[in-house]
Amino acid sequence: MANFRYRDDQPHEEPAVTLDAFLEQPDATAVRLEAGEDARRLIPFLGRLQLIEISFPRFRDGRGFSSARILREAGYEGELRAEGDVLIDLLFFMRRCGFDSFSSQHSLNPADVEAALNRYSNVYQDATDAAVPIWKLRHG
Amino acid sequence: MYQYDKYDQGMVDARVEEFRDQVRRRIAGDINDDQFKPLRLKNGLYLQLHAYMLRVAIPYGTFNSLQMRKLADIARKYDRGYGHFTTRQNIQYNWIKLEEAPDILAELATVEMHAIQTSGESIRNISADQYAGAAADEICDPRPWAELIRQATTFHPEFSYLPRKFKIAVISAAEDRAALRWHDCALRIVRNEAGEEGFEVYAGGGMGRTPFIAYKIRDFLPAQQIFSYLQAILRVWNLHARRDNIHKQRMKILVHELGEEEFRRQVEEEFQTFLALGTDFPQAEYDRIAEYFTPPPFEAGLSDEIDRSDPDFALWVDRQVAEHKAPGYAIANISLKPIGGIAGDISADQMDIVADLAERYSFDEIRATHAQNLVLPHVRKADLYAVWQALDAAELADANLDLITDIIACPGLDYCTLANARSIPLAQKISERFADMERQLDIGELKIKISGCINACGHHHAGQIGILGVDRKGTENYQLLLGGSGAEDTSQAKITGPGFDEAGIVDAVERTVERYRELREPGERFLDTYRRVGLDPFKEAIYG
Repeated sequence: MANFRYRDDQPHEEPAVTLDAFLEQPDATAVRLEAGEDARRLIPFLGRLQLIEISFPRFRDGRGFSSARILREAGYEGELRAEGDVLIDLLFFMRRCGFDSFSSQHSLNPADVEAALNRYSNVYQDATDAAVPIWKLRHG
Repeated sequence: MYQYDKYDQGMVDARVEEFRDQVRRRIAGDINDDQFKPLRLKNGLYLQLHAYMLRVAIPYGTFNSLQMRKLADIARKYDRGYGHFTTRQNIQYNWIKLEEAPDILAELATVEMHAIQTSGESIRNISADQYAGAAADEICDPRPWAELIRQATTFHPEFSYLPRKFKIAVISAAEDRAALRWHDCALRIVRNEAGEEGFEVYAGGGMGRTPFIAYKIRDFLPAQQIFSYLQAILRVWNLHARRDNIHKQRMKILVHELGEEEFRRQVEEEFQTFLALGTDFPQAEYDRIAEYFTPPPFEAGLSDEIDRSDPDFALWVDRQVAEHKAPGYAIANISLKPIGGIAGDISADQMDIVADLAERYSFDEIRATHAQNLVLPHVRKADLYAVWQALDAAELADANLDLITDIIACPGLDYCTLANARSIPLAQKISERFADMERQLDIGELKIKISGCINACGHHHAGQIGILGVDRKGTENYQLLLGGSGAEDTSQAKITGPGFDEAGIVDAVERTVERYRELREPGERFLDTYRRVGLDPFKEAIYG
């Protein structure tokens, strides 16, 4: 198990409820999305959600990348956590898609995590992070 | 052609170090083989039957002499002195050691090359018309758009763990030389009534075990919006594709299951989301890239005369040379299909010779084709004889473009872990059976495509004659298909009936060809005759 968090605020303590449970009692502030669940159903509630956990049941299942971006693009500012089969070589892409915390079922070497996150000093395209795409650097 | 700036170079250099680190972590046991597999695949490294295979990207099939010489060096230093051009305009090496792969990537990076996203469940190398920038029938050079798409889709954070591979092709000519509609996403550059450039967009094509020809989902997409539109397609697929059965995860299956209309509706809706995000590359970036594809300084006032007094040369000109947009110039095709040879294979020494010829006679440009041949795109007609003599001396002057011996074949059971049957020896036997040049010319255009398993890397669905190797109770068995096309008249080949053993399939091909010769009307290609008369007369000839 390894947990990494890239936020300055206090970690949210309330346990995350399932999407179905959340939609029935939307006063919860933490929700968990399983792979394949429609992130857009959370859009009406983003203002008061403090934690959204997106499950990666298998590292090859990349649906969570799209879910994360959809939530960030809709204005979600709370904690966005990738949970499950989270491997070092996914982290850079996950950060770019808006994840700011990780709960991996594996033990990840912190030095390798840092190296993976800092490997690329530039990116070719916009995503939901603050990275400036190369085309913008080229044209000032 | 395109040249890296410090940013592009920084990306490939970082990639080399990343992969070196991934190999180190694998060897140290920090990651298991299951976890390592997608990482090496994203760097083009497959585990084959006998060794690792490394697939190197040749973006949109364009490269230069420096790069070709580097490919030759790698073949000598790390492989067995040869390389193999593939059906997606890439080159692959078959005898690679895992521990040497990072060094090879480092060598490639010194000549602005890489193996990024050449395999795995990622957005693959963009393919394009091999005559781009030279073809007399193109609207514009499609390569600036292909390069822009290459950059936009490299290490895309949302789309690096896709349901399956995703292949894009771009052309801008009426004639389709890139098997356009057999791609997941196919783009044809067109002009609207206002004269603006845009894309006709096709989606959901692909071969494999469930072949589909891509549907047109947009008549005209303003060119500057291409990245938004591609991301919309990719997001719809990424979110909604099945994830439970690897054979049903390609986008063609989703397009088929949702239906063309519903797929299009979802893409258009997601497209609005992406347009609003403003992630499209600006015109200034397109202009910067397009600058690299400014036509070379063609000489004016050259003669279009070709001295045809040497009959062997005249034969080669008739088969291998295509019309160029500039007067006095020609496009020269180099066959990698010698009689009895291995389709797409080229020795390191031959690579060096092609590099020399490109440098001296073709403004330093070389192209790879999806039919596993090479092209010198910009040769002065006055230089064709010298080019031909040099090719002839290097055993590269076969004059069989699009003829029956210009066979596409996958590596098959000689190399590939997926294959059920051998492709290479079969292609060699067919090539030898039809070696006679007069007979080949009499038969005319006839594209044979051979796959050693249902994954269809040898494009058998698109073969005018397609051959599919299967495993039948432990022995190799070959099914015969007729009537496919990867050109602008795209069609899917149909199975004729029961399969054959290796000797039987060569005979069946010959019976098919002979029946065509009996049935054809003047001017008809094999495909035309087949379309006119249908499958039955051929079945009768084949199975009697």
